[in-house]
Amino acid sequence: MAEPLVFHFDVDGSDFTSAGQASVQIKKSLRQLGLPSEIIRRVSIAMYEGEINMVIHANGGVADVIVTEDCVEIILKDQGPGIENVEQAMQEGFSTATSTIHSLGFGAGMGLPNMKRYSDTMEIDTVVGVGTTITMKIFLNQ
Amino acid sequence: MASYEHSVLLDRSRCTGCTTCLHHCPTEAIRIRDGHAVISESRCIDCGECIRMCPHKAKKAVSSKLEDMNRFKYKIALPAPTLYGQFDNMEDVDYVLDGLLKIGFDDVFEVSKAAELVSAYTRQYIKTQGIRLPVISSACPVVVRLIGLMYPSLSENIMRLHPPVTMAAKMAKERALKSNPELKPEDVGVCFITPCPGKVSYVNNNREHLGLDIDEVVSISDVYFMLINAMKPDTEVKSLSDSGMIGIGWASSGGESAAILNDDYLAADGIENVIHVLNQIEDGNIPPVRFIELNACPGGCVGGVLTVQNPFIAKARLQSLRRYLPVSMNYLSPEEEQYIPDGYFFDRLPEYEPAGQLSSSMAESMRMMADIQKIREQLPGIDCGACGAPTCRANAEDAVRKGIGFPYCPILKAREAEK
Repeated sequence: MAEPLVFHFDVDGSDFTSAGQASVQIKKSLRQLGLPSEIIRRVSIAMYEGEINMVIHANGGVADVIVTEDCVEIILKDQGPGIENVEQAMQEGFSTATSTIHSLGFGAGMGLPNMKRYSDTMEIDTVVGVGTTITMKIFLNQ
Repeated sequence: MASYEHSVLLDRSRCTGCTTCLHHCPTEAIRIRDGHAVISESRCIDCGECIRMCPHKAKKAVSSKLEDMNRFKYKIALPAPTLYGQFDNMEDVDYVLDGLLKIGFDDVFEVSKAAELVSAYTRQYIKTQGIRLPVISSACPVVVRLIGLMYPSLSENIMRLHPPVTMAAKMAKERALKSNPELKPEDVGVCFITPCPGKVSYVNNNREHLGLDIDEVVSISDVYFMLINAMKPDTEVKSLSDSGMIGIGWASSGGESAAILNDDYLAADGIENVIHVLNQIEDGNIPPVRFIELNACPGGCVGGVLTVQNPFIAKARLQSLRRYLPVSMNYLSPEEEQYIPDGYFFDRLPEYEPAGQLSSSMAESMRMMADIQKIREQLPGIDCGACGAPTCRANAEDAVRKGIGFPYCPILKAREAEK
């Protein structure tokens, strides 16, 4: 077994226009590793949604992607407001984004549902007022 | 990997080894080695960006010469609509078509005419049940190759209808044989007049497996001066043109999309924009449109590197040429438009090996990637290109791929020397 590979990204919360960059970076790297394109697609969508969420709600954060030979694990960590009601946040269409965000075409309430849809497992660890850590896993042999 | 015939080449004698092309190549296919640029065949998509950017005119496109048509008894020109936008004070497309006859062609068949048929069938195609959306246009060969090399997950989205030039060649040849029964198929030569090297590569690499009827591909810039001398704008010429606004519109970005006759589309041009859009399609982050038109050149085909005129000026000229033309002259009845003839479909895309994959074994790729990251962290990160690679990251990658340990870096060398 090769050592796990770690890709670290700082997601800048102050620059909305650069949101989505980490997703492009990780896609390039996974391609070089020769992962199946369907896996790459799932990772990049899950990652993209997570990145956007961190920028919209938490003023940025950090993203770590850990690749082993059988799993891609995405850990998104922010020090934002936390999620008050996770069950509600997981519902499609539920959004607390501001109208400015809506006017930019985001905040459709599909972020978390899409992250769940495109990953095999997803854990949300959130404390109101402290921050949120989301861990998603996408298995390569399924 | 199957060998791929490129049309973008380097003229070594002109190359000074400056790093301009290095920084502009969208697929990082260029390195400077021994003072000259070297193009990686497996990564080059023949977009012509390096031709556009090279200050020393050291990058060139290989295309046929008009003389290469002399071996045919009956010569047909297929002008791309972009050609019409190259000339001053020209009020009618017929002058260009007449000029082509004057410089030695026996017949002309406008690519824009075939484009109007492809547009009609595209409207039908994008309504097909069960096709993968969004449908991505197959017209720009650079985009098709780029998807094959770097976005294999989007291969399914590419429209499986031949680009206009392919259909134009087929129809032109059939028409010639029908109206000149004394000709044998091998007597008839079809010459496409192209705005870009991408089309040269498309023809050379697909001629056999798609059975293309295009014999030679000549650049617009090569025929331009001959044509301008042969064109007689103050005389009466035969009415030859048989395409409308839609067909001529294909020369500019957005033209092909406008022809689907609704606003359910996205059109992007310029290779960097194309890459951006492809990334966003993969991320599922685009508006829900049915059709996507992508052109590698800025402004669309009018921005091709084998043209003469500035793309925006050419576009403005085409607009005035189109102004009083019928919307389309495809002559299809509404019933005929419902059914796409078999000849318009192609079933498979050329198979490309994904560019950039480090190793066929994932474990090995991961070890290599770890080494690349380690080396990258020690490099200065200013992406100056002085080592010959476009970025520090690429320099690290090259070193690991070749297994040469830590790569040469002139900046680190200089810093060491200072100490």
